[in-house]
Amino acid sequence: MMASGYNAKDEDGHIAVAGLGGGALRSRKPENTAFKQQRLPAWQPVLTAGSVLPAFFIIGLVFIPIGIGLYVTSSNIREFEIDYTGVDVSSPCFNCSQNFNWNSTKPCTCSIPFYLDQSYESNVFMYYGLSNFYQNHRRYVKSRDDSQLNGDPTELTKPSKECEPYAFHEHKPIAPCGAIANSMFNDSLELFYIDPNGTKVPVPLSSTGIAWWTDKHVKFRNPGGNPNLTAAFQGTVKPVNWRRPVYELDSDPENNGFINEDFIVWMRTAALPTFRKLYRVIQKRNGLMPTLPRGNYSLDVHYNYPVRSFEGRKRVILSSISWMGGKNPFLGIAYVSVGSVCFFLGVVLLFIHHKYGNRSSSADMSH
Amino acid sequence: MCVLHLMLQGFDPPHQSETRTIYVANRFPLHGHYIPTVTFSNGDVFQYTIWNFVPKNLFEQFRRIANFYFLIIFLVQLMIDTPTSPVTSGLPLFFVITVTSIKQGYEDWLRHKADNEVNGAPVYVVRSGSLVGDIVRVAKDETFPVDLVLLSSDRPDGTCHITTASLDGETNLKTHYSVAETSVCQSVSQLESLQAVVECQQPEADLYRFVGRMTVTLLGEEIVRPLGPENLLLRGARLKNTKEIFGVAVYTGMESKMALNYKCKSQKRSAVEKSMNSFLIIYLCILLFEAILSTILKYAWQSEEKWNEPFYNQKTEQERNSSPILKFISDFLAFLVLYNFIIPISLYVTVEMQKFLGSFFIGWDLDLYHEESDQKAQVNTSDLNEELGQVEYVFTDKTGTLTENEMHFRECSINGTKYREVNGKLVPEGLTDDSPDGSTPHMELLFLKAVALCHTVQISYDQPDCMVPGSDPFSHVNGFSANHMEYYASSPDEKALVEAAKRIGITFISSNGDTVEIKTFGKTEKFKLLHVLEFDPNRRRMSVILQTPSGGQIMFTKGAESAILPFATSGEMEKTRLHVDEFALKGLRTLVVACRHFSPEQYTEVDRRLNAARTALQQREEKLQEAFNFIERDLQLLGATGVEDKLQDKVQETIEALRLAGIKVWVLTGDKHETAVSVSLSCGHFHRTMNILELLQQRSDNECAEQLRRLARRIKEDHVIQHGLVVDGASLSLALREHEKLFMEVCKNCSAVLCCRMAPLQKAKVVRLIKTSPEKPITLAVGDGANDVSMIQEAHVGIGIMGKEGRQAVRNSDYAIARFKFLAKLLLVHGHFYYIRIATLVQYFFYKNVCFITPQFLYQFFCLFSQQTLYDSVYLTLYNICFTSLPILVYSLFEQLVHPHVLQSKPALYRDISRNSMLSFRTFLYWTLLGFCHAFVFFFGSYILMGEDTTLMGNGQMFGNWTFGTLVFTVMVITVTLKLALETHFWTWMNHFVTWGSIAFYFIFSLFYGGIIWPFLHTQDMYFVFVQLLSSGSAWFAIIIIIITCLFPDVIKKVFYRHLQPTNTQKSQVQLTNTHPYVNQSCPQAVCKECFWLFFCQLVEGKDYFLSIF
Repeated sequence: MMASGYNAKDEDGHIAVAGLGGGALRSRKPENTAFKQQRLPAWQPVLTAGSVLPAFFIIGLVFIPIGIGLYVTSSNIREFEIDYTGVDVSSPCFNCSQNFNWNSTKPCTCSIPFYLDQSYESNVFMYYGLSNFYQNHRRYVKSRDDSQLNGDPTELTKPSKECEPYAFHEHKPIAPCGAIANSMFNDSLELFYIDPNGTKVPVPLSSTGIAWWTDKHVKFRNPGGNPNLTAAFQGTVKPVNWRRPVYELDSDPENNGFINEDFIVWMRTAALPTFRKLYRVIQKRNGLMPTLPRGNYSLDVHYNYPVRSFEGRKRVILSSISWMGGKNPFLGIAYVSVGSVCFFLGVVLLFIHHKYGNRSSSADMSH
Repeated sequence: MCVLHLMLQGFDPPHQSETRTIYVANRFPLHGHYIPTVTFSNGDVFQYTIWNFVPKNLFEQFRRIANFYFLIIFLVQLMIDTPTSPVTSGLPLFFVITVTSIKQGYEDWLRHKADNEVNGAPVYVVRSGSLVGDIVRVAKDETFPVDLVLLSSDRPDGTCHITTASLDGETNLKTHYSVAETSVCQSVSQLESLQAVVECQQPEADLYRFVGRMTVTLLGEEIVRPLGPENLLLRGARLKNTKEIFGVAVYTGMESKMALNYKCKSQKRSAVEKSMNSFLIIYLCILLFEAILSTILKYAWQSEEKWNEPFYNQKTEQERNSSPILKFISDFLAFLVLYNFIIPISLYVTVEMQKFLGSFFIGWDLDLYHEESDQKAQVNTSDLNEELGQVEYVFTDKTGTLTENEMHFRECSINGTKYREVNGKLVPEGLTDDSPDGSTPHMELLFLKAVALCHTVQISYDQPDCMVPGSDPFSHVNGFSANHMEYYASSPDEKALVEAAKRIGITFISSNGDTVEIKTFGKTEKFKLLHVLEFDPNRRRMSVILQTPSGGQIMFTKGAESAILPFATSGEMEKTRLHVDEFALKGLRTLVVACRHFSPEQYTEVDRRLNAARTALQQREEKLQEAFNFIERDLQLLGATGVEDKLQDKVQETIEALRLAGIKVWVLTGDKHETAVSVSLSCGHFHRTMNILELLQQRSDNECAEQLRRLARRIKEDHVIQHGLVVDGASLSLALREHEKLFMEVCKNCSAVLCCRMAPLQKAKVVRLIKTSPEKPITLAVGDGANDVSMIQEAHVGIGIMGKEGRQAVRNSDYAIARFKFLAKLLLVHGHFYYIRIATLVQYFFYKNVCFITPQFLYQFFCLFSQQTLYDSVYLTLYNICFTSLPILVYSLFEQLVHPHVLQSKPALYRDISRNSMLSFRTFLYWTLLGFCHAFVFFFGSYILMGEDTTLMGNGQMFGNWTFGTLVFTVMVITVTLKLALETHFWTWMNHFVTWGSIAFYFIFSLFYGGIIWPFLHTQDMYFVFVQLLSSGSAWFAIIIIIITCLFPDVIKKVFYRHLQPTNTQKSQVQLTNTHPYVNQSCPQAVCKECFWLFFCQLVEGKDYFLSIF
């Protein structure tokens, strides 16, 4: 890639004379070492058209196919998105979104029908997406207590100062404390396949495997010792906005309390105000059947989460996944364009190299 | 400051200084006792002691604006709720402070160590006063613990010999005298009865100045004696050839002259440092702008309730109730803290380390080592390394700098006849070596006697005290044989003259206090030494007044021709003047010798005046001058001497190289105009084709201005030819007084300027004139003697030559070299290296911090200006001190753009970096914009990747904000490191090690840091974030594409510029690759191609050959 050379010259010829004098007559003569004489062997690359040209062509030739590969992979991914915020009057969830009340005990439900014109063959990942929701606000990001979430029994009842104003409720410690936990997404979403004959068949949704393994098994722990979670959380109160205490999030003891995966997913704050979080996975069942066949579906929403106050949007996304993740054409496009620019510049450089190469008298340019 | 003070003291009349009165101790301990020196060597000599090191050093460091700024940021972080923990700025600050204080502590320790010799030995106090006023005994070969006034020695005449090698490096023996009244007190018991008071000036740093007087009460009568430098024994000097002395302490501890000199450190600042500071100010403006903009935007967003306090993110009561003004201020401060990393905190410490470590290379350089004198180059301050690469004007002394300062007597003119020395005889001009022996005419004899008597040469006998057993015990008594006698002189001219006189037959044998013995053709003559009128550079002559054996008083005077001829009244004046000019034309150094006979009445007057002037306490110098001028007139001219001073090795080549490098060389000398011009011609400073302009012997303002205008016109008329200008001191001071601009105009258009007959202060004035001219060129002064100190101090860079005239110049210089020819390598190679190193270092530091903090700024647009950090605080902390610090340090120590040989053989390359070109505003803008561009690419590259809000992992799980920040950070660390790799031209194994090592360290550290739940922390934000990021294929592809996108435009720019507008430096890089066969051989591509072609051709040829056989 670069014209180069190892420059280890001058070593010969200068045989060190120092040391001949011996100890008694100490000469002040500096030692003749490569280091002290700044003659360390060194590679001295020179960036010339001749040396850089191959790199341009190589990058061009490598990046364009990679880019095409990435682009094709990305475009093979199927993604289906439903906005169920209920802003429009025509929207099935309009009523729910209008009549929101934190204290209502009766959940508002709405159901959105949709049609998949292509079937999903492999595992389908179901995300919920929020927009205009600033999970990355500084006051929000820091409003958590990882020691409490890590199951430290002493920390459980002593929420960190950072959790304020969500640390104590009526002088009792909140578990889990903080703004993040308090504002946990609590819509529940169910998916039904509508048979051609009109019956609603529930699509089985798996709620495990949606959080990072290390989060679920190391970072988040229920308060120690007591298998009975109700007892373990004795002395704490539920976050203000929650309808159920943390130990009633799920019936499965492996997915309850702090290690409830929905909770863990929510606790990983998003980088940007428009974000998605993994909600459920629809596992591919057996062999030939597509995971989600072509046809009519219905999304049943228990509408609990208010977003209208900050002009937010709620979405559900059904997406298939490749090795590189979800649908993301950016990488493919970037690779193809950088590759082609490199290739093009390679041609320009080749031209320069021929036109000006000889003038600037360079050996590695002469052939 | 202090040095300046010293210089001012040296040339201006002393300020109305209060005197101090010291009563020689009157308390008597029963027995003399040793006390440790600690009391004498006050710790204040040095900057620090163990006890005050920490507080004092901290105070010193926080006086620096940058450090103070970071301290403020740190305190702000402690006080208000800021986005980053105080650790993020506290730790780097701590690191910077620690490293700097270790360096300063080490330097101070070195100073302590150097001084331990003096401090370690206990002092024998005979009679104690209150420190000052103690009578101290010092034995042979001991060093003086304090500044002492000599009271007595074991010699009857009360003199002693000392060397001041550790003070100014002058190894010759110097005789110091005691006052006659005290010199009889040679034992403790006699000293007990001594009643004396010493009055002297307050302590000052000038080693060569001491004015005082001693009042001795003897038998009820008060006798006043003058005290001068010859009575003062300086702390640090060593007693020689004398068994023991007694002295009274006058200046102790920090007041001793040595201590006053140690305190002084060069306050020079390099051009790079100046531009660094202005860049810092620009960055401070950027920082303030960003912080203000963010604060305003934050309040713009917050005006709407839904963004200010949505249901999911309520404020605490306290936050709601705090006053809006306070909140506004604290928000502003918080943004300041968030973005404060744009000011590179470790820049100063890295620059300091670079300078400190880098300066070793000068001392280590074998090419700057002088074999004969066993001297290597010496760095007195590392602050100016890069300034060596910026020099535009070189001011050089002549004697001892361009020449060897090794004098050989060649010719003389006696009473109008010219003589040459041939085989130890003086041969008159025109005659051959067969002149009649023995009968030396009277005038010749008088001339030779004058030469042998009028000087301050010392004699040392070879080890007179320790005789080799078995050798003749009387050898030193009966024969002042030539083998045993050696002359020591502070002026090599004098030594050469005395030696010449000895060869011819008039031998200077001994000088004991007040008698001088010479042997004239075997006959010993004793002269009584009445007065010595010492040499000084303003008078430019010296005299001795002697009583001849026959009883008459005679004065011999010797000095520059201009200093004597005007005062001569008899003798062959015209012929001598002619001869002096002839000598000068040959490049010989000339001295004129004259004498004056005193009548007894005259002498009484002379004696009275001299004694009065010498005992004066106030304005003694002026009074002495007056007395000298009164005495040194009505002279009888005896003749003149011509002494040759050989040119140093390779002076011509060096001057030529400097000129090719675009450096203007000015020679400033005290010599007379003809000598100076001839030396100038022979050393290539002037050459024959040059049109020499003269500005000489101007007497009035108008005349001078007229001449200057005439010269300016002449330059304008023929600008094809090169001009050289000769100015003498007197004309120069006229020109500088009124017509500075005109003079500068002329000077700038001359390619060589020679100033002769210069006084030391005038040299400094010339340097200052050029230094302060509108272009503000960087000046360098090089000299070897005490008379060059002022210009060495004045110039941007001062170089001392380790010559024969002591080490005053060396001590006051910034760099010291043994020979003038080393200047070429020092400037062209070392200067070039240091400059490109530090320039890139500074630019790179700003660049990498822009890269670092701009994404954080951009992120605020996506998080409601809530001051959320993009990176984890540990990354914020370690970015500058761990992840990106070492590659740039190693780069700045080892980078070489061009091979040293090429730099030296092509001095023109020096022009490529002149006028601070690598730190020009354009390059600064380039680096800053580059930083911003890269930051945009990092941030928006990552943003587009993640902002699509699709998963990047194969299992469908999502990343959070910390992963986003880590992705940006990872890309940034790699890009910033590789950007430096692109800049690096000289890849030693160390560069490889730190470059790839830094990237590897970042990965290893991140894996480790994210792999543990850290105890005692309330947040575990980074837990497994890095691993998760790396487990995503998309992230890897993104990292690669972002890095390539950042760096490729840069590569393209480099290649295009190299081909379309190659600089000389770049051309020589390519040529280097060409001319060195081994370089090409190991170049894999070239080898492959070449081998292939070679093989192919051989195959074809071989086939032909093969065929042709058949």
